Amino acid sequence: MTEPIEKPAEPPVTTQKQPEPTVDRAQYLVCAVLVLVGAFIIYDALNLPAGFAKVDPVGPRLFPMIIGIGLLVMAAILAIAIPRGSRGEADAGEDIDPDRPSDWRTVGLLVAIFVATILLVMPLGWAITGALMFAACATVLGSKHYVRNIVIGAVLSTASFYAFYSGLGIPLPAGILDGIL
Amino acid sequence: MLDNLGWLLQGFEQAATPMNLLYACIGVLLGTAVGVLPGIGPAMTVALLLPITYNVSPSAAFIMFAGIFYGGMYGGSTTSILLNTPGESSSVITAIEGNKMAKAGRAAQALATAAIGSFVAGTIGTLLLALFAPAISRFAVTLGAPSYLAIMLFALVAVTAVLGSSKLRGGISLFLGLAIGLVGIDSLTGQARATFGLPQLSDGIDIVVIAVAIFALGEALWVAAHLRQKPAEVIPVGRPWMGKSDWQRSWKPWLRGTAYGFPFGALPAGGAELPTFLSYITEKKLSKHPEEFGKGAIEGVAGPEAANNASAAGTLVPMLSLGLPTNATAAVMLTAFVSYGIQPGPTLFDKEPLLIWTLIASLFIGNFLLLVLNLPLAPLWAKLLRTPRPYLYAGILFFATLGAFAVNIQPLDLVLLLVFGLLGLMMRRFGLPVLPLIIGVILGPRIERQLRQSLQLGGGEWGSLFTEPVAIGVYVCMALLLLAPLVLKLMNRSEETLLLVEDDKDQREKAQA
Repeated sequence: MTEPIEKPAEPPVTTQKQPEPTVDRAQYLVCAVLVLVGAFIIYDALNLPAGFAKVDPVGPRLFPMIIGIGLLVMAAILAIAIPRGSRGEADAGEDIDPDRPSDWRTVGLLVAIFVATILLVMPLGWAITGALMFAACATVLGSKHYVRNIVIGAVLSTASFYAFYSGLGIPLPAGILDGIL
Repeated sequence: MLDNLGWLLQGFEQAATPMNLLYACIGVLLGTAVGVLPGIGPAMTVALLLPITYNVSPSAAFIMFAGIFYGGMYGGSTTSILLNTPGESSSVITAIEGNKMAKAGRAAQALATAAIGSFVAGTIGTLLLALFAPAISRFAVTLGAPSYLAIMLFALVAVTAVLGSSKLRGGISLFLGLAIGLVGIDSLTGQARATFGLPQLSDGIDIVVIAVAIFALGEALWVAAHLRQKPAEVIPVGRPWMGKSDWQRSWKPWLRGTAYGFPFGALPAGGAELPTFLSYITEKKLSKHPEEFGKGAIEGVAGPEAANNASAAGTLVPMLSLGLPTNATAAVMLTAFVSYGIQPGPTLFDKEPLLIWTLIASLFIGNFLLLVLNLPLAPLWAKLLRTPRPYLYAGILFFATLGAFAVNIQPLDLVLLLVFGLLGLMMRRFGLPVLPLIIGVILGPRIERQLRQSLQLGGGEWGSLFTEPVAIGVYVCMALLLLAPLVLKLMNRSEETLLLVEDDKDQREKAQA
């Protein structure tokens, strides 16, 4: 997510005072995503070469237009609802500590690891990249046993490489280990 | 009827070969193991295990899925009994009552009544499925395109507007899902839409990638942002068993829970929360030990667990007979059909009878295996709950990557995985429900095709969409569904869901008592 998460602190002091002053302003991020996706879809639909195939009465544009406009309308409604105190209930779960503030640093690091995985998986191959990825994720998530992290990662990635290769007939990229594995 | 029995026997024959039984065992064990792991619900279990099915035959894959389906459900209930925090909303009740039982030293009985109740509900539910689904599909085949279009639209509206607490947020998810479904070549004119000019996207975004991203990656990232420093306490347990009085107190709630769960599951907007809740209230009312409720009453585990499982079986009715997924797990399973090139819809029973009946037979077998395997294995599952969380979530990220990557072996899929994973994270942070998005991705393209084909057949007349009585009836239902809350609001009721109204009633009764 590269968009600014919060709009500059400018509380919309409009009419009534809210009973709970907790306006979740980060929700404008959702609005931004909706506008972005909606605008792209409408733009894409308008650029479809029109009318070269009159096989059906509505053509390929109708649906994208409906969905795009729908997204923009949703964004508008949400933008109106946010300052009035509308907020979504964040997901709960067994391992989620609702009292802790969000730890976006960990999430950022995980995303960075993921980007590295995308870049490295073809040149280095699955066995190495997968092992590194597991070890890095486990470390970021708080496991301090560095050697154990990498060993587990190596076992998982090598085992999955062979399981997919011989068991399922899917050749994952071997990368620089080509010929060794 | 007799015809179906013959098919069912044939399905059993197909499912009961030693090789396929092995697949069923693997499915049940994998499903339970993954389902027990905290943070992983049944839908994510199926999504993570989808890659396993890539290169096995469809019938073997579905046999495994049947095991994973019920195994994942059962695993989830073990988690909620032995950990003192609930996972999904449908197991909240089990968590309340079951965890209290476990704390009072009755974990073995809680697990036993959940397991046997799940078995009873699953078996009855599968029987009802075998009874109703073919009949519904036979009726559905006679429907024309306009009616089928109406039914699909109804499912969209029902899932979006009725389930979940906020219609606005449901709508946002739905439209995002529909937008994702647009990507790819338009089926009627062959034009590329929203593909960013990438040829890899012309077949659309692989549904496996979307499911794994939204369910697994999104969830792992969201948990990573809020990971407990100390994992919740696990209550140790021996082999589950029940005494005579436990049986006496359990069998009626099992049956009543099944009766609540199945119809709700079979309805497009039913879900599993409402029937588990209704079952809980009913048991509390009928129990001879109402004072035990809230402190660990066995009825409060038996009933809701049965309701939960029966509802899961119920969701297979619209899925197999109409091709409509109505909960997340069914939606992910449906993607497996699609990945085998099997077109879900009312013609499924006609076109792939053996496959479908094998699936139904495997549901019976999987359910039985679950009971036989899981009662003795419960202590092992309890150990799984102690998996160190860094390894658990690193493992989820690892397998999610592996699963999405193995579809086509192209890094672009991993980019998409990350993008949709971040979308899943955003949805969890802002309380956007996941189900409408997945349903939108699956049903959006089918609705568009159906609409345009109906219009083609009707000569371009929009009026031709409203010519069939079934279609009109469905649109009327849809209008009622959308307008009912509005009317309730006008009648000086707050915009609360039925659940809260029930809760309210419950509270008032408590106050009077």
